[in-house]
Amino acid sequence: MIIELQNAAATYQAPDGEVEALRDVSFGVEEGEFCSIVGPSGCGKSTLLGAIAGLEHLSSGSVRVDGQEVTAPTSRIGLMPQRDQLFEWRSIWDNVTLGLQVMGQNTPERQKHVRELLERYDLGDFSRKKPGQLSGGMRQRCALIRTLATDPRILLLDEPFSALDYQTRLSVSSDIYRIIREQHKTALLVTHDISEAISMSDRVIVLSRRPAVVKDIIDMGALKSLPPLDRRDSPAFSGYFNLIWKELDLHD
Amino acid sequence: MTELTPSPQRLAYLRRRQRRARLIRAWQIALLVALLGLWELSTRLGWSDGFLISSPSRMLATVAKLWREGQLWHHIGTSVLETVVGFTAGTALGTLIAVCMWWSDTLSRILDPYLVVLNALPKTALGPIFIVWMGAGMGSIITMTLAISLIVTILNMYQGFRGTDPEKIRLMRTLGASRGQILRLLVFPANYATLLATLKVNVGLSWVGVIMGEFLVSRSGLGYLIVYGSQVFNMDLVMASVLILAIAAVIMYRLVLWVEKYLNHLLGVMQ
Repeated sequence: MIIELQNAAATYQAPDGEVEALRDVSFGVEEGEFCSIVGPSGCGKSTLLGAIAGLEHLSSGSVRVDGQEVTAPTSRIGLMPQRDQLFEWRSIWDNVTLGLQVMGQNTPERQKHVRELLERYDLGDFSRKKPGQLSGGMRQRCALIRTLATDPRILLLDEPFSALDYQTRLSVSSDIYRIIREQHKTALLVTHDISEAISMSDRVIVLSRRPAVVKDIIDMGALKSLPPLDRRDSPAFSGYFNLIWKELDLHD
Repeated sequence: MTELTPSPQRLAYLRRRQRRARLIRAWQIALLVALLGLWELSTRLGWSDGFLISSPSRMLATVAKLWREGQLWHHIGTSVLETVVGFTAGTALGTLIAVCMWWSDTLSRILDPYLVVLNALPKTALGPIFIVWMGAGMGSIITMTLAISLIVTILNMYQGFRGTDPEKIRLMRTLGASRGQILRLLVFPANYATLLATLKVNVGLSWVGVIMGEFLVSRSGLGYLIVYGSQVFNMDLVMASVLILAIAAVIMYRLVLWVEKYLNHLLGVMQ
């Protein structure tokens, strides 16, 4: 297990009271696996991701990455945030090398790696452009390359496609899925879109309403061998959809 | 989109646009000429008293006289220097304080009521205090401009810094960025536009501070000329100084816009 959560619980203090975000969350992610976390909005998904990234502290339980307890951000983990969060005033090149600059690793070898990534994913000609000159899909690829530049083993994707329109979303999620697979990364995707979770992941972890506990972990079975767009056409798709929908228990 | 051979409709549209632009410019010039002409005429024909309201020709004569006596540039230079020092110092110092407040939430909470009071206070009321403390001179005048522009700068910049996208800060933190790196690579550049907007406001405020300060104490500068002129009942000097002041302020604002454009070009900021 490259990510392992044991009885993770998190409570944070706010002026008007205590908020129990996570009650008892345990699950593991294998190296190279693509897992998704779905849950009702405001169920503590962000807190969970923050805890894995080392940004937030648990009140009890533990998060281990690579066998080591997480206490602060490490270079083993890369975050792909909500919307692309590219810095508009920086060129694409300066955006994708942001992490290297922050870590003080902006070396020729690392830059070569980033250049190869840009070339490979059809952004080579755009490195001097500004984010505003790129389409939504290209911006997402840039955001992913920015995350890959520091060569993390684990990618945390925090609803990265939520701001995209439906069509773009389908093609972008398929793009991102392919790149993550090609680069042999472990990925943990947080989303509230059930079909997105089914189309991209090996396993889907269903969280309850806040305070979050793991309600179920569903293996995508035969779907796992298919790329995202094909999964949506598969007869098994709607079965998984209904299963997760019921687990989420959104309506009352 | 520009095409190689514009359609007749396009050409007609462009012609209409150009004609409209010319018409507007013509009216602007005509209005100015009419106002100045009427002003001049009314004093010449004795409809009004040129001693009280001056006239364009008398203003020009006064400017020429100042020029011949070698005083013109001295007065303009004094006011311009004070203004430039004022808005530069106000913007820089205010931004620095805003950075400190962004850095320490506790500090910003401690300072909050003081900023509210200082912001509400008409800063010109502090003028006499500065004069007593710092003497009659450039020091008090620049302090006056600082007092006027500083608080606004702090409030604007701090609000800008606070408005930095929390998701971007989260991204920087996962990359292991220190607070200084977050400031340097994210918060500061994200507020570049706020800084320039604040600078432009400060140019205007700085002129207010300078003229106000010169009214109170100085021996030179455009504000001094205005106050001196009114004291000796030389309205030609007062009007001429106001005219020079207006021209100087406009030129300075233009220069600031030009510097902004140059900086944008240098940093590759898109409009």
